[in-house]
Amino acid sequence: MRAVPIIALYALEEALRRRIFHVVLVLTALYLALYWLGADTAFEEVQQFEGGLPVEEKELTGGTLFGLSMFGTLFLGAVLAAFLTLGVVRGDAERGLLQPLVVRPIGRNALLVGRFLGAAAVCVPYVFFVFTACALITRAAGGWWPDQFVRPGAELAAGVLVIAVLGLLGSVFLSATANGIAIFMVFGAGLVAGLLGQIGEALNSDTLQTVAERTSWALPFEALYQDALYRITSESRGFTGLAIQLGPFGGSQAAGSNLHLWVAAYFAVALSLTLAAFSRKDL
Amino acid sequence: MPPALAVHDVAKRYGRIEALKGVDLTVESGELVGLLGPNGAGKSTLVKIACGLIRASRGRAEICGAPAGSPSARAALGYLAELFRFPGWYSAGEVLRLHQRLVASDGGQSERDDLLELVGLSEAHRVRVDAMSKGMQQRLGIAQALVGSPQVLLLDEPTSALDPAGRRTVRALLEELRRRNIGVLLNSHLLSEIELVCDRVVILSHGAVVAAGTPAELSRPRGVEIETDRGIQHFENSGRDEVPALVENLIAEGQRVYGVRVLATSLEEEYLQAVGGDEA
Repeated sequence: MRAVPIIALYALEEALRRRIFHVVLVLTALYLALYWLGADTAFEEVQQFEGGLPVEEKELTGGTLFGLSMFGTLFLGAVLAAFLTLGVVRGDAERGLLQPLVVRPIGRNALLVGRFLGAAAVCVPYVFFVFTACALITRAAGGWWPDQFVRPGAELAAGVLVIAVLGLLGSVFLSATANGIAIFMVFGAGLVAGLLGQIGEALNSDTLQTVAERTSWALPFEALYQDALYRITSESRGFTGLAIQLGPFGGSQAAGSNLHLWVAAYFAVALSLTLAAFSRKDL
Repeated sequence: MPPALAVHDVAKRYGRIEALKGVDLTVESGELVGLLGPNGAGKSTLVKIACGLIRASRGRAEICGAPAGSPSARAALGYLAELFRFPGWYSAGEVLRLHQRLVASDGGQSERDDLLELVGLSEAHRVRVDAMSKGMQQRLGIAQALVGSPQVLLLDEPTSALDPAGRRTVRALLEELRRRNIGVLLNSHLLSEIELVCDRVVILSHGAVVAAGTPAELSRPRGVEIETDRGIQHFENSGRDEVPALVENLIAEGQRVYGVRVLATSLEEEYLQAVGGDEA
């Protein structure tokens, strides 16, 4: 495992020196600017209804906007994680980048763990940066701040790491393009599960809610996202709390402490499968 | 002392396709062995098994006595893949530095400078891979394979993208490696290169060794050609040992002898015969 930090540094350099990262930075700046404009306008518009609705406008607006921004943050983090992991094994082997590294006396496990840590070193700070920036923008625009801050941010980052490890697993079996498509389909499936849950809750359908819950645990980035959503407005009560929960990108669900154990186990199994598959792969 | 590379009865099967059917091959320290064969003969598969990139279905490969793919085998090995690429954003110096870290080489800057000079890239230390020609990248690949002073070098088509000057540089480099007592397995389609530099040649066809030996052992005598004042005369059944008697007879007959050539089949002819005329 001597080589893990060497490979992690190599992966980090790769991520930071590729053009795609610069594109991500520009798009992120654009996203934050648009979010600022949207948040500013939304808070201004809502002030006109003051006293006319049975909800606390600031809390409803802030919670909904920030929940929306968390979806954007998760999506951007997922895009970054996918791009950093989708070609790590088969993609790099097809391009001839992998073989010169694999023949070195470092071990295949060290290579994969290093690549994962390199991707994590980019994705986690990125998610925290966008998450914090959105929270600060929401506060500047309307004076709203989430009920919990660190834990929802950490859950979004953990969700992105789950996507990264799934990308790594897929990269052992699929070409870079196929793996990229697969990652986004999995991400989309998680999103659909969240929406099904909301529909199920609105219709009071146990079946839909069960399907949604099981799917979101099978794709735990979605369960983490739902728990993070719950935590940003965990102290909202009454009609305001209900309105936030049913908001356009709501779907918030308190997951309980088992979620973190489940995510840790899920992560360990996915990483072990990846290492086992890579160790037997002919290059 | 174990050989630099020893391959015993190695077979590899991809589903129904038998890429290798029990190959034996040895490369001693300081020996240059050329691996020849038509496309699909199993050359690259054999080299990849020796590197630990793919697993043999049967048999074993050893690098300096250690099983192929084991950490000690990898530590003794340098490898240039047929299809390889380095990250475009790295400079030549950065590529070598990365590989120095991976093999825990303490050669530092002086090793990097030496290697780049050895492959004729001493001016390219700061040149990014993106800005290099294919030939420069191939030379950098050879330099990368030599990081950490390996005892065995496996070169898969190392001259395919090189111009004649580049090939000459690689030939000189191979001679230098022989002097340093490094065992080299050279997989190439360029028969003339192999003939010029290799101590031994192994010809693979359809996953099996069909001929092996020194270039001289592989070639067959084709007679003697003598140029006299009456023209060029061909003596088909004669060899080197008969040359003095032949010349003596011709002079006795009053002919003036200008030149003598002992004829032998070329490696290319032997190769084509060994592989049954398959396309090289």
